[in-house]
Amino acid sequence: MSDHSAHDIAKSVKKYWFVFFALIIGTVITVGAYFIELPSVALTVAVALFIATIKGFLVAGYFMHLIDERKMIYGIMASTAFFVVGLMVLTIWAMNDLPPTTMFK
Amino acid sequence: MHTTTADTHHAGAHEAHHDEGGFLKKYVFSSDHKVIGIQYGLTALVFLFFGFCLIMAMRWQIAYPNTPIPLVGGLLNGLFGDLATKGIMSPDLYNMFGAMHGTIMVFLAIVPLAFGAFGNLIVPLQIGAPDMAFPRINMVSYQCYAAGGVVMLVSFLIPGGAAQAGWTSYSPLASTIPGDGQTFWLVGMVLLITSSLLGAVNFIATIIQLRAPGMTWMRMPFFVWAQFVTGFLLLLAFPPLEAAGLMQLADKVLHTSFFLPTGLAVGGNLANISGGGSPLLWQHLFWFLGHPEVYVLILPAMGIVSEIVANNTRKPLWGYKSLVYSSLGIGFISFIVWAHHMYLTGMGTKISTFFQTTTMIISIPSVIILTCLFISLWGGSIRFNTPMLFALAFLPMFGIGGLTGLPLGFNYSDIHLHDTYYVIAHFHYVVAPGTIFGLLAGVYYWYPKVTGRFMSETLGKIHFWLSLICMNLIFMPMFLQGMAGMLRRMSDGGAMYSVAKVGAIGGLSAAIIKLNEFVSHAAWMLALAQLPFIINFFWSISNGRKVTSDNPWDATTLEWQTPTPPPHGNFTKTPEVVRGPYDYSLPGAPKDFVPQNQTT
Amino acid sequence: MEIPYVVHPRRDTGLYNAKVGIWLFLASEVMLFGALFSSYILLRVGAEAGEWPTHLLNVPIGTVNTLVLISSSVTVVLGWAALKVGNFAKYRACQTITVLCACAFVGIKSYEYNDKFHHYQVITKDGKVFDGHLVSRDKEAVVLHGHQIDASKGKALGVREASRHGDHGKEIEIKADDIKKIDNYGPAHNTYMSIYFTLTGLHGLHVVAGALVIAYILWPGAGMYKTDPERYINRVEVSGLFWHFVDLVWIFLFPVLYLL
Ligand code: HEM
Ligand SMILES: [Cu+2]
Repeated sequence: MSDHSAHDIAKSVKKYWFVFFALIIGTVITVGAYFIELPSVALTVAVALFIATIKGFLVAGYFMHLIDERKMIYGIMASTAFFVVGLMVLTIWAMNDLPPTTMFK
Repeated sequence: MHTTTADTHHAGAHEAHHDEGGFLKKYVFSSDHKVIGIQYGLTALVFLFFGFCLIMAMRWQIAYPNTPIPLVGGLLNGLFGDLATKGIMSPDLYNMFGAMHGTIMVFLAIVPLAFGAFGNLIVPLQIGAPDMAFPRINMVSYQCYAAGGVVMLVSFLIPGGAAQAGWTSYSPLASTIPGDGQTFWLVGMVLLITSSLLGAVNFIATIIQLRAPGMTWMRMPFFVWAQFVTGFLLLLAFPPLEAAGLMQLADKVLHTSFFLPTGLAVGGNLANISGGGSPLLWQHLFWFLGHPEVYVLILPAMGIVSEIVANNTRKPLWGYKSLVYSSLGIGFISFIVWAHHMYLTGMGTKISTFFQTTTMIISIPSVIILTCLFISLWGGSIRFNTPMLFALAFLPMFGIGGLTGLPLGFNYSDIHLHDTYYVIAHFHYVVAPGTIFGLLAGVYYWYPKVTGRFMSETLGKIHFWLSLICMNLIFMPMFLQGMAGMLRRMSDGGAMYSVAKVGAIGGLSAAIIKLNEFVSHAAWMLALAQLPFIINFFWSISNGRKVTSDNPWDATTLEWQTPTPPPHGNFTKTPEVVRGPYDYSLPGAPKDFVPQNQTT
Repeated sequence: MEIPYVVHPRRDTGLYNAKVGIWLFLASEVMLFGALFSSYILLRVGAEAGEWPTHLLNVPIGTVNTLVLISSSVTVVLGWAALKVGNFAKYRACQTITVLCACAFVGIKSYEYNDKFHHYQVITKDGKVFDGHLVSRDKEAVVLHGHQIDASKGKALGVREASRHGDHGKEIEIKADDIKKIDNYGPAHNTYMSIYFTLTGLHGLHVVAGALVIAYILWPGAGMYKTDPERYINRVEVSGLFWHFVDLVWIFLFPVLYLL
């Protein structure tokens, strides 16, 4: 974005460092949770994916500046998100909703 | 007019506009969108012809099973040896030709022609842009396409021949047929997909960024909208097939089991694989592309037809906004209907209901588009020139194709119709007399823009009427055959299931089988019907009637408001758009059309 | 006419061309990796009980690689910020670290790959299953350093159980004549390894491609900073966007493949 002044940049740099440390902490927590072996598998999965999602948002939002991007980009990425979710959810649903007597997956 | 080269000599951005340089630079490694469009167009027409040749040979085998093919039998024997002993087409060769016919027609002929050629040639002109947003990527996109085409062609000549598992390449069949044909197919597909992705990025960016001043979204010609939606379909639907292609390639080359289930037996023996994979996964990923792909095939044709209809009825399109929103709607919904190709894979009722519902919903915007175009004809003083004839024929032909899709969209009727000739007839009605007619209309319509000469009307009309008749003679009987239960992809045209072989119950009657001959003859006649076109196409380059103005059809859109052929950079000065795309017969205007960049 | 908005943003969209281009490209990449993640889920859910390996990969190494990639991402964005305020030297320092991180990442990944190619599983004719690192292999016998595993509840589960308590196993010799099947943990071993190699391989290709682009802009292409600085900064930004995306994919790959 060419509308960044020197002052803005200095402020952003602080943000970048903050995000960097947040990412490291996220990684440490995820790995820590792995090593202490949480009581249930579902919980492990939930924790790992939850933290990964937060990390993803941080990278996309701050490093890639999605947090203050233009409408056009939002439109493109939102429809992409819709389709990728459609792909995942519908295939998984289709693979699970089988007639009771089927032999094949 | 040629831009003086002196002022274009600064930094990298402007390479696109270098006009000097030898033949190679100008015609082969050009980054000018018009040259690339023509490259796409010519290559795609050659592939269209080649794909048609494949099916003509197959039609002999269907009509007269296991007899030598006349004329080309010897050639086939020479090329394929055992696969065509004495000029008789073996089932393997039939499968090979069938798979490659589908692949070539869809990925190497229609899409490149509709998107690559017309999109490249017309979109930048219609939005008043000097070129595509990324000219060099545009060039690379064409080169990937050409490379993919070469790989597909070469695969015919390798030992074992080309891919044989259909254009849908279902695993495990595709990954267990011996030979490298499928590997070549996959490599070729990865190249073609890459080409489409680069093209899609380029088109969308161009339409978003390079619209001339005043060219607001709702002033864009419908053709541009159609290409815009098509770009998104390619951009977002192709990558899953690319992923699937890479996985199938791994199955083939690295012996993984992505799509190969546990306990798979090949040729009676347990296959030496780890198993655990899922054949249905391939189908899901394939049809996730496959369905949007059919709209990639049809939308550009709808765009072309709309332009021509508006121009030749001399009045604005009826319901421009409905057209735009319908095509956007089609774009969105086409991502969530794909499993209607998979009803027979053993699907639960809930998910099947979902896909039936979305399939019915998506037919609504298609019908809206068709209706708008029909109503646009109402009360117009129609000019029946060749492009308009093709455009007019597109409407009912697409209508037949689309309406016959509805019974396929319900699982209880699809159980009977799936994988029969009915499906073949359905989609060919949409693609052949539908899309191809749309594309031919485009060729006749924009030919004067590219060459400065018209194509011959007489030859054009002969071409039109013969093609229209033959198309219907070919595909209409297939509905009957399909409803009678004749399956597709049988190398003997169903003879094995004739009443003579299996008895009256469940057998195909002699009349139904006899139709094969009828259809084949119609197909060969269709080939003859293309001769006037081919002659016309080449003859008119230097002998056609010269255009007397830059706007020979008295059209409103911007591609006609530039010199013929357009110079590098397209416009002598940036056009200022002041009105919508179809201001025909405007009350009070001096002529019956007002170009987009003119105040009355 | 010249192509507009190559450098400066268009008024109504607020974007320059390359930025639209890269985001569109990234959208298609999202679909690509999205399809592979869907495949991962389906293969995993569809796997027979006890046959989907968990805890197979080396987590400390994966963690290091994650940190390497995160660091490279921050240097990319810091480099861009430095360039924005005209500090070319700092930009160059930052991006050099980025490229070094990329090399480190690829190096570590190759080490992991290599390790898997030396990890073998042997099934004997009488149904015993052995699992471990290959020590030697000749016509008569195979020597593995590892365990015999209990495959009754599934081979992968057996492997996990055997190595659970930090037990590194011992050398085992298996006669060639007794062997029914022997294979390494390459892509063909099972669907987990297949998707592991596909996902990380494709991601690795992205890392290499991204590093090449960044290095090109950094060294041979740096002349543009003098002739057309704004366009140069745009290039840095666009290549950075790609790099962050590569990082982002890894953020999901790491837990999905290593931890779950
Ligand atoms: C307008 C509404 C449409 C509906 C409801 C519809 C529905 C269907 C359904 C359900 C099938 C699967 C049939 C089966 O395999 O049993 C099918 C096949 C097909 N359709 Fe359509 N369709 C429509 C329009 C189109 C259009 C516009 C095109 C292309 C331009 C198209 C091209 C195809 C193709 C190529 C196949 C066959 C794919 C194959 O199995 O090889 N359809 N259609
Ligand atoms: Cu469909």
